[in-house]
Amino acid sequence: MPPRPSLLRTFKGPLVEGNPVTVQILGICSALAVTTSLDTAVTMAVSLTVVLVLSAAVVSLIRRHIPNAIRLIVQIAIVASMVIVIDQILQAWFFEISLRLSVFVGLITTNCIVLGRTESFARQNPPLPAMIDALGNGLGYSAVLIVIGAIRELFGAGTLFGLTVLPLAEEGGWFTPLNLMRLAPSAFFLLAGLVWALRSVLPDQAEPPETIPPDVPEGR
Amino acid sequence: MADQTPTNPWKRLLALPNESRGKTLFVAFATALVCTLLVSGATVLLRPIQTANRAAETQLRLEALLSAIPGMTALLSSSDSAQLSTVVIDLAQGRAAQEITPETLETALLDTANWTALSPELDLAGIGTRPDYAQVYLLRDGEAVKLMVLPIAGAGYNGPIEAMIAINGDMESIAGLTVTGQSETPGLGARIEEPAWQQGFAGTKFRDERGEMRFAVARGPATTDYEVDGITGATRTSTAMTRMVRFWLGPQGYGPLIDAVKRGEF
Repeated sequence: MPPRPSLLRTFKGPLVEGNPVTVQILGICSALAVTTSLDTAVTMAVSLTVVLVLSAAVVSLIRRHIPNAIRLIVQIAIVASMVIVIDQILQAWFFEISLRLSVFVGLITTNCIVLGRTESFARQNPPLPAMIDALGNGLGYSAVLIVIGAIRELFGAGTLFGLTVLPLAEEGGWFTPLNLMRLAPSAFFLLAGLVWALRSVLPDQAEPPETIPPDVPEGR
Repeated sequence: MADQTPTNPWKRLLALPNESRGKTLFVAFATALVCTLLVSGATVLLRPIQTANRAAETQLRLEALLSAIPGMTALLSSSDSAQLSTVVIDLAQGRAAQEITPETLETALLDTANWTALSPELDLAGIGTRPDYAQVYLLRDGEAVKLMVLPIAGAGYNGPIEAMIAINGDMESIAGLTVTGQSETPGLGARIEEPAWQQGFAGTKFRDERGEMRFAVARGPATTDYEVDGITGATRTSTAMTRMVRFWLGPQGYGPLIDAVKRGEF
């Protein structure tokens, strides 16, 4: 067994270097859907991080007793229960936001990041490293959501957290909101831009090309 | 160490090889049990707060519905005689319920004796059973009823739709509609929640001079006084809205009440 990396590395790894969204391209479905405004993005990010950390802790605690044959369903059951509890809490204390997040909190269950981390990390590691890894991944996801949510809200509605930053033209200011920013495709573009930017700065993240173009002079 | 069999049955269970049938079943059941307790606990403990939230939301929608009706805010704030009162209605009789008040309505509706089963041909809204009592809001100006707000419900495409419909004092036209609960397809059927669509209800007539039910959600833009615009790509939801409004404003729903108000008996 290779030596276990330090806790700090476990935590920092998934933030930028191994970011679940920009490097592994996991969990982008919700990243597209809930980033229309910053407050939904933050709520979703916090919910996912909490679910991820709690499920990693539980799975890691019982890791020696999970039969291989039913390991996926045991993990899914644990994740789903956590998600329902979080959803109920949101409906009780953050009712407004829960209305806007609608089904997407429930869909955390099927978020690849959660099952990916419990399956590949928490199942082989003690609770503390498992939770640190989950926290790192959760924050990595959160960072992407918050960046995209902030850009979309700022240019789509001229606000951040509902506070006016760019005064709108129709209310006497100068800013004409970009309607595209409120629609799902803009999140695709922003996410692609973010991945591109990150891979330009950190070329290690770029995947090797799947095919190598043949080295022949083109018939011009 | 490894050869000793633990005497404690719990420890013996945990010491079973993970792939054995007993251990697999045990882990499956234990996980299910713990998850059940967690989920049920959270649901039961938080339900009162969620119910309060939903009630507040309904109240908010009611106020929004009223303020969206032209001239209603002015009427509410200007005259002291105009005020919104809450009444429990006996649907079949079309008059105020004798023994049931808004406070006791919830308890009364827990009793299945206070529900009427609907035969399939009568059950336009697809609700199966209809409560015998409903809480409505009346806005009077002096003695005359200016506006009546009625809760309605029906089966939509993906689940139940709940709404509140406001009827003008003439008892022939709709003053407004607001959807308080739905689970239709986002972007298509869920557009029934959009104020832009709901505004189409204001002034729409639901029955003609002879008392015939004429209301419909059109296929496409509304062409007559009895129609509201259809929602593109949401035919099932549009049909559900038509049937729901027709049912609740018809003889099985608030029809008797509407007639009573029209005769000035209310």
